[in-house]
Amino acid sequence: MVVAPLDVKRTDELRSLLATMNSAPGTADPNNALIPFGQLEELHFARIVVLEDQTLDDITTAYGLPRRNYPLSLAFLADFDGDADRFRRKMVALAGNGLQKIFSYCSDFKPGTDLVNWMKQHEHPNATMYNNWIGRSMQQIREESALSQELECYFGNGSQYQNTSPEEVRRGAQQFVAQKLKDGSLTLTALGKAPLSWQLKNLANLIFVPLVLLFFTPLFLLYLPIFVIQLRRREKSDMEIAPRPAAAHVNSLARLEDYGVTNQFTAMGSLKPGLFRRWLLVILLWLIEYTTRHIYTRGHLARVPSIHFARWVFIDDKQRLVFCSNYDGSLESYMDDFINKVAFGLNVVFSNGIGYPRTNWLFFQGAKDEQKFKYFIRRHELPTEVWYNGHAGLTNYDLLRNARIRSGLEQGSMTNAEAGQWLELL
Amino acid sequence: MSQVDFDDVQGLVRFGFGDMHRAYFYLVRIQDKAAARAWLSAAHVTTARTLKPPPETALQVAFTYEGLKELDVPGEMRDAFAPEFCSGMSGDESRSRRLGDLGTNHPDNWRWGRSDDIPHLAIMMYGEEGAMDQCEAEFKGASWDIAFKVLERLDTSYLGKVEPFGFVDGISQPTVDWEGKRKIHGDQLTYSNVVALGEFVLGYSNEYNEYTDRPLLDPSSRGASELLPALDQPQKKDLARNGTYLVMRQLEQDVRGFWQYMADTAGKDPEDSKRLAEAMVGRTMEGAPLVPPEKYPIDGAGHDEEDRAYNQFTYDGDPDGVRCPFGAHIRRANPRNADFPTRVKGAISHLIHTLGFARKGSRDDLMSPTRFHRLIRRGREYGPGLSPTDALQPRTPNPRERGLHFICLNANIARQFEFVQGAWLMSTKFNGLGEESDPMLGLTKTFSRPRENGLRERCNNLPQFVTVRGGAYFFLPSVRALRYFATVGS
Repeated sequence: MVVAPLDVKRTDELRSLLATMNSAPGTADPNNALIPFGQLEELHFARIVVLEDQTLDDITTAYGLPRRNYPLSLAFLADFDGDADRFRRKMVALAGNGLQKIFSYCSDFKPGTDLVNWMKQHEHPNATMYNNWIGRSMQQIREESALSQELECYFGNGSQYQNTSPEEVRRGAQQFVAQKLKDGSLTLTALGKAPLSWQLKNLANLIFVPLVLLFFTPLFLLYLPIFVIQLRRREKSDMEIAPRPAAAHVNSLARLEDYGVTNQFTAMGSLKPGLFRRWLLVILLWLIEYTTRHIYTRGHLARVPSIHFARWVFIDDKQRLVFCSNYDGSLESYMDDFINKVAFGLNVVFSNGIGYPRTNWLFFQGAKDEQKFKYFIRRHELPTEVWYNGHAGLTNYDLLRNARIRSGLEQGSMTNAEAGQWLELL
Repeated sequence: MSQVDFDDVQGLVRFGFGDMHRAYFYLVRIQDKAAARAWLSAAHVTTARTLKPPPETALQVAFTYEGLKELDVPGEMRDAFAPEFCSGMSGDESRSRRLGDLGTNHPDNWRWGRSDDIPHLAIMMYGEEGAMDQCEAEFKGASWDIAFKVLERLDTSYLGKVEPFGFVDGISQPTVDWEGKRKIHGDQLTYSNVVALGEFVLGYSNEYNEYTDRPLLDPSSRGASELLPALDQPQKKDLARNGTYLVMRQLEQDVRGFWQYMADTAGKDPEDSKRLAEAMVGRTMEGAPLVPPEKYPIDGAGHDEEDRAYNQFTYDGDPDGVRCPFGAHIRRANPRNADFPTRVKGAISHLIHTLGFARKGSRDDLMSPTRFHRLIRRGREYGPGLSPTDALQPRTPNPRERGLHFICLNANIARQFEFVQGAWLMSTKFNGLGEESDPMLGLTKTFSRPRENGLRERCNNLPQFVTVRGGAYFFLPSVRALRYFATVGS
């Protein structure tokens, strides 16, 4: 995530400029003149947001501390396949002028600056990154989506295959696809493996984190009673700030939502003051990052299958946290997932933020206080000025189904039962 | 024993007034405030108390946000009602998009409820067929014409328990926990048809064990002394207690188009036509579900033989949608699932499931738990009946419109009505479906029926069968709040 301070006086002008990139409110035109996202084949999602925190007075309300005036910043983030440096260079080559124009509103950007370097300097690392299916590339998504569409046309309404055995039907489909592959109207590039360097790094992380944990376990056990006291004392006294958000704020967010089946979400807030919350959150996000890297890599984050990409990023010397996600469905169903499926996960992270609904032993209550939680979330949410979705119209479930259609098609032979199961996908 | 004073609750929350076969729903604007206040103060609304013998007529009164404004209900009280109620069903493009009110369904095309012409009140009169003139005259009294300007009088008709397409309607309703017996601690592992009172009546705890936000008043403020205290904050008066939100939508149904499509698609045999229509609805025309009944009892369902046959079921035994298609109307509107898609037994299993390590099917967890999204339905049909056979005859000139005045009651419009409408009925991705919304209400052109070990059967070129003709969000107050509204601004 690129974060850079903005020239406050020109923010409205920047917002107008960003709006020219959109075809519907908040939805980027893939061929917009500034950054034609659609031409970056490896790009899943991108967004540009003015990080205008509405909740800076909360620290005074809750803790009587003076308001901290952070610089108003612009954030640019992208979820893409492959190496970051390569992506930056490619984007700059494609949309250098547009990027210059956008970043010229940043107070430390000088015209003609080397964009690749400048973006790299302003890069903020993810504290936690989540990807619904690690290794599923845009190329794979595009090819498999085209395949399912072709098969859909091929099978029509399905009635003419009622009296043919499933395996025979599948074989027919195989021949049809083979022909399409031959004449070039379909392609199915062999699924690539992750580069060796990435695999090694991942393996090192897989081993390193438990080792560190093991090493610190005795210390942690000694510290545990104190931790419990520290946590409970804070949980009982920390103030909740979750008033109903202003209608105008809610409308400014709602007007950007529900143009397709997937939506964006950007929110930010300040950490509760003091080292306890700061370190607790750093460690928790580090642990969660371990689970998203090694455990929740195949289609669901705990019980939630609807999130494509999500990330938590610290800014301003870890005094504030930004959360961004891309999810299937409407906000109300996203909130439903949060509250009914992963309340514990939200609690452990966001309860370190000022004003979060009261938690109980870190994991419990919190988000389960439905109304307060929804108010809290909406109040901390920011309008995402520009949002690009490289596979608009496809949910995570669609992507999974398409991949299963492809792998079933590529299988040599199947029993009729297996072939029948495969046909049910179509 | 109920925790609720039934004399304070409008009867519609508890009863459908099913024995009163006719109803007029007046949508009015206030033209003389004093007269309107007097009429409202004197209005003898039918309450939720059981009467013996049952009343022969019933009167219910509900307010829009505009209505409260017109009656000079103080702004800070008005604005403390649900945001959806405050902004209304029409006039917000984001909401229309979410509800699927697009194209011909867009509020700009509505007959009533457009943002420039929102009724102040819905005054609902129920009575016996043939006795409506008298019923109406009695309820209206002398000052009616001075007090109100009538925008619409929505008439209803009794088609013999069926809705215009010919399907038995209103079979499944949540069982409201009036007594507060339902104890909700954490996740609910089985589907229950008993639902917390707070989901349908404001001022009581809901399925989250919380109280839905609502206007609470200082006891010293004007007129507040007549109101009941808030159960969760006894030092405050609860303006919304014993009230609820009433969602009304006029849905025109193209009965000829519906049966014509079935005949064109399913072939000559009327039985095939019927089966296709039944697959879209998810029940037979007589009301039986397409999946077999559960062997184990379901809380709040199956109180008699008929209810056991028609309501004691879930879709747990039909994970592939082979018996009842995923896209069928009743499977969307009420998926009958519990908080977990799979069986949970014991604390360890609960933890494993919570962490997402017990997922079995790829459709697991695509859906929200049903219990947070229930509605009490109180709709009424309108227009003349038309049998499926007659529906295939050529259209007559100047046909009379027919359809449903859809009415539902809920305490949280966003989480209940709007969620069911947007995330379940109109969504093209409900439960992993690819491109189809509700076959009856939706705007997409496909409906698919999964087949065991085979390709799903797809119906294409599905026309639009239902068109939204009007709609609004109302607040159906308690009797005490009704008096408060009538007097607070005078």
